[in-house]
Amino acid sequence: MLRHLPTRIADRSMVLTLCAAALCSAACKKEPAPDKGPGMTAPGSGAAPAPGAGGGKIVIGVLSDMSGVYADLGGKGSVIAAQMAVADFGGTVAGMPIEIVSGDHQNKADVGSSIAREWYDTKGVDVIVDVPTSSVALAVSDVTRDKNKVFLVSGAGTSELTGEKCSPNTIHWAYDTWALSNAAGREIVKNGGDSWYFVTVDYAFGHALKNDATKIVEANGGKVLGEVQHPFKTADFSSFLLQAQSSKAKVIALANAGGDTIGAIKQAAEFGIVSKGQQLVGLLMFIADVNALGLPTAQGLILSESFYWDRDDQTRAWSQKFGAKDDGVMPTMIHAGVYSSVMHYLKAVAELKSAKDGKAVVAKMEGMPTDDPLFGKGTIDANGRKRHSMYVYQVKTPAESKAKWDYYKLIREVPADQAFRAPADSGCPLVKK
Amino acid sequence: MSNLQISNLLAQMVLGLINGAFYALLSLGLAIIFGLLNVINFAHGALFMLGAFIAWGLLHYAGVGYWPALVISPLVVGGLGIVLERTLLQRLYRLDPLYNLLLTFGVALILQGVFQIQFGSSGEPYEIPQALKGGTDIGFMMLPTYRAWVMIVSLVVCLATWYVTDRTKLGSYLRAATENPGLVQAFGINVPRMVTVTYGLGVALAGFAGVLGAPIFSVSPEMGSERIIVVFAVVVIGGMGSIMGSIVTGFALGMIEGLTKVVYPVASNTVVFALMALVLLIRPAGLFGKASP
Repeated sequence: MLRHLPTRIADRSMVLTLCAAALCSAACKKEPAPDKGPGMTAPGSGAAPAPGAGGGKIVIGVLSDMSGVYADLGGKGSVIAAQMAVADFGGTVAGMPIEIVSGDHQNKADVGSSIAREWYDTKGVDVIVDVPTSSVALAVSDVTRDKNKVFLVSGAGTSELTGEKCSPNTIHWAYDTWALSNAAGREIVKNGGDSWYFVTVDYAFGHALKNDATKIVEANGGKVLGEVQHPFKTADFSSFLLQAQSSKAKVIALANAGGDTIGAIKQAAEFGIVSKGQQLVGLLMFIADVNALGLPTAQGLILSESFYWDRDDQTRAWSQKFGAKDDGVMPTMIHAGVYSSVMHYLKAVAELKSAKDGKAVVAKMEGMPTDDPLFGKGTIDANGRKRHSMYVYQVKTPAESKAKWDYYKLIREVPADQAFRAPADSGCPLVKK
Repeated sequence: MSNLQISNLLAQMVLGLINGAFYALLSLGLAIIFGLLNVINFAHGALFMLGAFIAWGLLHYAGVGYWPALVISPLVVGGLGIVLERTLLQRLYRLDPLYNLLLTFGVALILQGVFQIQFGSSGEPYEIPQALKGGTDIGFMMLPTYRAWVMIVSLVVCLATWYVTDRTKLGSYLRAATENPGLVQAFGINVPRMVTVTYGLGVALAGFAGVLGAPIFSVSPEMGSERIIVVFAVVVIGGMGSIMGSIVTGFALGMIEGLTKVVYPVASNTVVFALMALVLLIRPAGLFGKASP
């Protein structure tokens, strides 16, 4: 066959070149970013501060996925949210100017922890915020504890951050896997969805979400029939969905996030999963995901969030301001968490008049009740868990939606005292029993 | 083995064939380009993504639906490919193939970056056309009509391309030009133009695959880069430049990947590369390639 093809094209050296290239392009992505420094820099953070600095000013590091699958959930929106918090706080705290730097961790734990280390050691960063991707957040939490700085997580979901791996230097802000499962899971089991099958992404976050959800389902009288795990960033979900479909479970729960969730929901529609009577649940869904799916595909989905831009007058006002800076895009609960956590951090620094001792700042933050327009009044538990209401929403039908971003209707509010795991049950060594 | 398991395996094989259709379409374009131009076209994934975005853009901005997009989008991508070949690739033919690899890799990164900035990472929705919605229960699985359509149309396009290059006069010119461009030019055939058109055709196939993929996968900037590495593995396993090789390998690898998803799902992303290593050890020129003398 194809005798005519020139021999040179089957030349061995070319094959090797091609393989080398393919492997390189896969491998190169694993290397830490060469510059490691801030991928984007907010106005006013031009010059690098002296090593070990931080005394003369406060530096906030927004560490996020700037270019990958989670970039719309955190990414540049998190930088905007941090800038808004700094501006609303007045630009200075205790007489010190506030700067923002930002960096791209590419969803890789090694890249994230090396950026964090460099920021703390040489850029004078006092606090790192956001950090989607649980494996990265766990790594950054360790570095932060070593350096005695502050880590305010809004992006990542794993409840391990306030469980066995809790830290006196870390506060988990916007949501976690326990709260998501608790809010949506309880609601679904209560309404008859008592047999579950999980489609789980194979890394720290997926496993945490699946484990937390399993506990909630079983505690409420449901049972889990099985699970299929898929690799991070899967393009084609058909095989996994088919396995889930043949399990005959009433509820197919997606324990994944971002692009993976979008792909799975979109393709589930093709296989008639919902139309044949199984219920599809995205355990972690953001408004950006719903926007990417479009209402014809996403309508009817049940999901839980800690923030929705259209909840009340205050969230609307803040979100419109946010949208004006981000091409009309409405903020996710991660963006809201970044704003809220930076505000509360600055309040604590203002009281202490110093940000040098990370542990002291976190203790101060835990000692003060939180209050902001986005999450309302709240508290912080001893394991570093920020406590506020969670909400169960249903995605509107295209007919119900009156404008772009008008996507959710409220099903139920879970009050703050029930929304998150009790500190005593968390397994965190910091909680005195 | 129980009935349930057998029907599950059958279902996964059908799904594998559908994924294989995408691998075949994409690796076919790569094989054609490599066969004639000796260029390892790293921009292929980005052009696949571009094909999908053009389809989305046509619908979103101009109200032009799926069927016209299936024609318009490959034409636009092919046209862009021709411009790319004329202005950039052509200058590097005399140098080591690595230079063109780097150039096309750079083009891919730029394209992906621009779309990321413009449209974000979550992607844009694209609906399955009305005529292809729904599915049929074929006993052991629910086969979505759209996926069946993708499989059939890719097979037809692949075989047609093979026929043109292997069985027609135009194809014989192409093949001759890869053997000895100087001699073919002496017979009065415009070889540089033929090379340009071939590149355009190769990337048009990527654009076509992009439109086919738009309703299945989310139309997002990363949709090409995730797939392109696997497609390169397909080309290497099939034998570089071998057209039938990449078609057969594309479909076969899709099926093997599908079966892996049943047996050991988390390895489904790596099984292709393990196979690639194995094939290279046993047959360095690939399954369908010919070793140099």
